[in-house]
Amino acid sequence: MSILLDKNTRVIVTGITGREGKYHTRNMLNAGTNVVGGVTPGKGGQVVEGLPVFDTVAEAIAATSANASCIFVPPAGAADSIMECANAGIKLIVCITENIPVIDMTRAMLVVHEHGATLIGPNCPGMCTPGLGKIGIIPYQIFQPGPVGFISRSGTATYEVVSLLTGAGIGQSTCIGIGGDPIIGSTFADYLEQFESDPQTKVVVMCGEIGGSDEEDAAEYIKTSMHKPVVAFISGRTAPAGKRMGHAGAIISGNTGTAQGKVDALQAAGVPVAETIFEIPGLVEEALAKLS
Amino acid sequence: MAEQKIYLLEGEHFAVKIHEYQAKDILARYGIPVQPGKVASTPEEAEAIARELNGPVVVKAQVYVGGRGKAGGVKFGHTPEEAREAAAKILGMDIKGLTVEKVLVTKMVDIQEEYYLGIIIDRKSQAPVVMVSKAGGMDIEEVAATSPEKIIKEPIDMRWGLRPFEARDILSRAGLPSNVIAKGGVILTALARAFIESDANTAEINPLVLTRDGQVQAADAKIVIDDNGLYRQKEYATWAEPEESNPLEFRAKQEGLTYVKLDGNVGIIGNGAGLVMTTLDMVARSGGKPANFLDIGGGAKADVMEKALRFVASDPDVVGILVNIFGGITRGEEVAKGVIQAQAHLPKGMPIVVRLSGTGADEGKALLKDAGLEWGQDMREGALKIVSAINALS
Repeated sequence: MSILLDKNTRVIVTGITGREGKYHTRNMLNAGTNVVGGVTPGKGGQVVEGLPVFDTVAEAIAATSANASCIFVPPAGAADSIMECANAGIKLIVCITENIPVIDMTRAMLVVHEHGATLIGPNCPGMCTPGLGKIGIIPYQIFQPGPVGFISRSGTATYEVVSLLTGAGIGQSTCIGIGGDPIIGSTFADYLEQFESDPQTKVVVMCGEIGGSDEEDAAEYIKTSMHKPVVAFISGRTAPAGKRMGHAGAIISGNTGTAQGKVDALQAAGVPVAETIFEIPGLVEEALAKLS
Repeated sequence: MAEQKIYLLEGEHFAVKIHEYQAKDILARYGIPVQPGKVASTPEEAEAIARELNGPVVVKAQVYVGGRGKAGGVKFGHTPEEAREAAAKILGMDIKGLTVEKVLVTKMVDIQEEYYLGIIIDRKSQAPVVMVSKAGGMDIEEVAATSPEKIIKEPIDMRWGLRPFEARDILSRAGLPSNVIAKGGVILTALARAFIESDANTAEINPLVLTRDGQVQAADAKIVIDDNGLYRQKEYATWAEPEESNPLEFRAKQEGLTYVKLDGNVGIIGNGAGLVMTTLDMVARSGGKPANFLDIGGGAKADVMEKALRFVASDPDVVGILVNIFGGITRGEEVAKGVIQAQAHLPKGMPIVVRLSGTGADEGKALLKDAGLEWGQDMREGALKIVSAINALS
């Protein structure tokens, strides 16, 4: 079992003819993902990595019955691509693109909600389900199937923690990088809820960072509605207030978004918070041991 | 509409700040009445503008920080000569680390009441949120902290933008008097249009004033532009100035590096914002103090790595550097090549520790070994190694 991805998932890649689009399409195919085509306006009829390219998402869906998409379109057109996908009926949209104007995302989110689609990202590495495939740019080889559901706001920090887990012999059910922007399609709480009802997932690891209050909202959800154990890590403990730490959304504003505030909220919800990423495998092992 | 939590400072930091006179210029383009005035760079220019305005003036420092008045950056000139003297005092003044190079000279108005109008991007409602308060002319964050009930907040439905009836409704709920509702509604509607069309993430009129002769106008304005929108805001992009008070951060921006200056002595370079933040925390836990945050991004080649290392080493506070790379799209051997290329340009004896894993890590480590460079097995070991190497220096 898994969340988001299953054997019926059929993925199209928008921006497939670009350098990144091409490269990651090949990687997704190698991971076993059922990529069925791509979209680049003006390049319909071409073939990339053996896959048909279409001018519009609607055409791609008509020809391939795609139900998921992965967006590699540059920032100026990425929000439009999100809206095109949602409007055409794609239910799972993963947007990798960074630097999308925030006002464009306010419009894109309206369309995503209106059509009942799920958006992961933007400015994210995507998701993967070990043994089944991936949508996005996560390095698939560091994963192995197992009981840990994984949610993170960052990319490389996620790979670091997953490597530690895999190294400790702990596999993962599904991993989602939700993205580092101030406006993102889905949050920690959305996936905690899905992991709560996923039979394969026994423990959830969430890696948050400074900025916003998604981690605090997650803590609230855990306190009120979650029965499975959660282990957390928060990065940016040494980040000064008022400075944007790489991610557009990683910024402490006044008293909001501090690492300590997030750690406190999670601990108050009974979640053990790792001091460093190296403590995460041990905390997961403890949680698993308590279950058996 | 459920009560929304508002992060007042949101947005200001991933963005281009522009001066008050430039913000007023944008507002005027949208038909918002602003006090007549012009910018001066010398006391003589200020005097000439005051003469042209033909009446008492206010001379205001044009710097990117709040609290200019308290810092002595706002003075009155009842005559053109007084305006010149005021400008002479303000020009060259240091306000919170920024030197005043320009002043705005505007006509003094007889103020009856002051209000606050603002729009920011709110993460929770995933929309621009309008804020209006009767408590104008004050620091809005202070109002939010002490009497939040005085601020009326309402998200803009991005399908329509802010409609005039909604604007009037917000003003009325904020308790603005009847004689301000109609004119203020037009102004707030225009402010929302300016916000959306300019790719702003903050737009404020504080204060919006009601004058004794019944006019409603913007006495002060602030607009911050989302830097991700600059590609289509070509004119505003040219308005960007060295906003950061830290010269290293400004230079980094020019060189295309994602860099934040911190107050320690351990230089930090990594790939991916989350990983770099985690590395900072790890160095701090290992007893070191990070000097900076530098993210080389995904897929960096040797020349980017070299540039990043030389840049971090050019910070006089830095005595040693930790490079932490988890290879994916970024390849280990490219990182190693960049480090080796940079080596000749770094201060003699400056310890460098490189930690590589993932794609190309083995090839990279072999290159580093041949060049006699230190590397760490994992992030923790890398952090401990650089901290002990720095401690060994003193």
